Amino acid sequence: MTRIRFHQNLDDLKEKLLVMAGIAEQAIQRSIEAYRVRDLSICDLVQRSEPAINRQEREIDQMALDLLAMEQPMAIDLRFILAVIKINADIERVGDQAVNIAGRVRDLQAMPPVELPVDIPKLASMSASMVRRALQAFIDADADLAESVLTMDDQVDQMNNAIYRTLSKLIHDEPSQTPQALNVLLIARNLERVGDHATNIAEDVIFWVSGADVRRHWRTGS
Amino acid sequence: MGVGIEVKDLNAWYGSTHTLRDIHLNIPANHATALIGPSGCGKSTFVRCLNRMHETNPIARVTGTVKIGDLDIYNDVSPVVIRRRIGMVFQRPNPFPTMSIYDNVASGLRLNGFRNRQALDEIVERSLRRAALWDEVKDDLKRKSGASISGGQQQRLCIARTLAVDPEVLLMDEPASALDPISTAKIEDLIFQLKSEYTIVIVTHNMQQAARVAEKTGFFLNGQLVEFDATTKIFTNPSDKRTEDYITGRFG
Repeated sequence: MTRIRFHQNLDDLKEKLLVMAGIAEQAIQRSIEAYRVRDLSICDLVQRSEPAINRQEREIDQMALDLLAMEQPMAIDLRFILAVIKINADIERVGDQAVNIAGRVRDLQAMPPVELPVDIPKLASMSASMVRRALQAFIDADADLAESVLTMDDQVDQMNNAIYRTLSKLIHDEPSQTPQALNVLLIARNLERVGDHATNIAEDVIFWVSGADVRRHWRTGS
Repeated sequence: MGVGIEVKDLNAWYGSTHTLRDIHLNIPANHATALIGPSGCGKSTFVRCLNRMHETNPIARVTGTVKIGDLDIYNDVSPVVIRRRIGMVFQRPNPFPTMSIYDNVASGLRLNGFRNRQALDEIVERSLRRAALWDEVKDDLKRKSGASISGGQQQRLCIARTLAVDPEVLLMDEPASALDPISTAKIEDLIFQLKSEYTIVIVTHNMQQAARVAEKTGFFLNGQLVEFDATTKIFTNPSDKRTEDYITGRFG
């Protein structure tokens, strides 16, 4: 009763998801690079990646649906497919965040340049690192590595909150810099959301590997 | 009403082959319990031990305790009494081919000396209704033989025949494996309805069927009960790697 073809299909599903994740991860990195060097051509690259990510999301959902319908998976295979469906949605939203950041960079580029006292690349590095680690945990089926992503989310939240406080004060003290500060505030918010998606991915990896539901809003009741 | 089944230290042999090893298991009353596992794992032997059918084979041997409710079936009573309290349905429908539908259902009662015709009519109708077959055969009860109806109907006839003697436990050894999907669905619906009145133990190779009909599932391997737990747990997150490997098709 060994199901060689089915398990090959699961491997294909995983590979396809990782290809899509690679595109989304690259989009985030590019969007931050675009912010750092204020390069609109990089923004174009980020925005051009969106249709590919969306198409892959639909294809992965269809593959997962077909496997559920045709193979009636059980236990770890069932959990894997459920995790893939959820991770798929999170990766697509990581791509959306990259596009949003690129849009904010475009807006910033149209404004007079100002030096804002916040470290967006540092927050971006932390968020991107969460995504990378969550995906590595998915590749290796490593629940411990996934667990480490959950603790990083608190640091990202703290950095985002600090940026929010700094920019709120700046808007109060230097109203002329409000448009730029609001755009950067939104970029920080986008990056914080990237961290949330990485956290969701890590939680799904833990569910797949161990069967445990560790969703944060579930644990805290929030 | 159904009764619980308590199994302790159950071991079984065919000749020198040790087919069941140290089985401990409590099967809850008025639930459907599924037993799964690869061919030759001991699950069918196990259900045959629950109604002392195993010992009908001259080279077979059993040790341990099986209690059906308060009744210790290997010490307190004769196999005949046991099999009246514990009905069994087999893989292939086995109606008596020369008997009418009516006589098939009435056969167990008649064998036990039951002769009241009016009461017999009532029991036959009630049993066929419980087996979800009455509406399909009520006009042909005494005209058609048990073998002249479809395979799915024959299996429900066998269930009606089993129910007629009012058992407390219903053992089913792959009851739908020879049936088409529609007949299978009827049997599964029936199991779902019957478990409010009977304790049901079903052996099945069809894991989706186990997942659909049973609240509890036991996984047998090499004569051992590897895992027994809530069906949802077994099929989503089993505790034992061997269970997981089997139900995900990584061996078998």
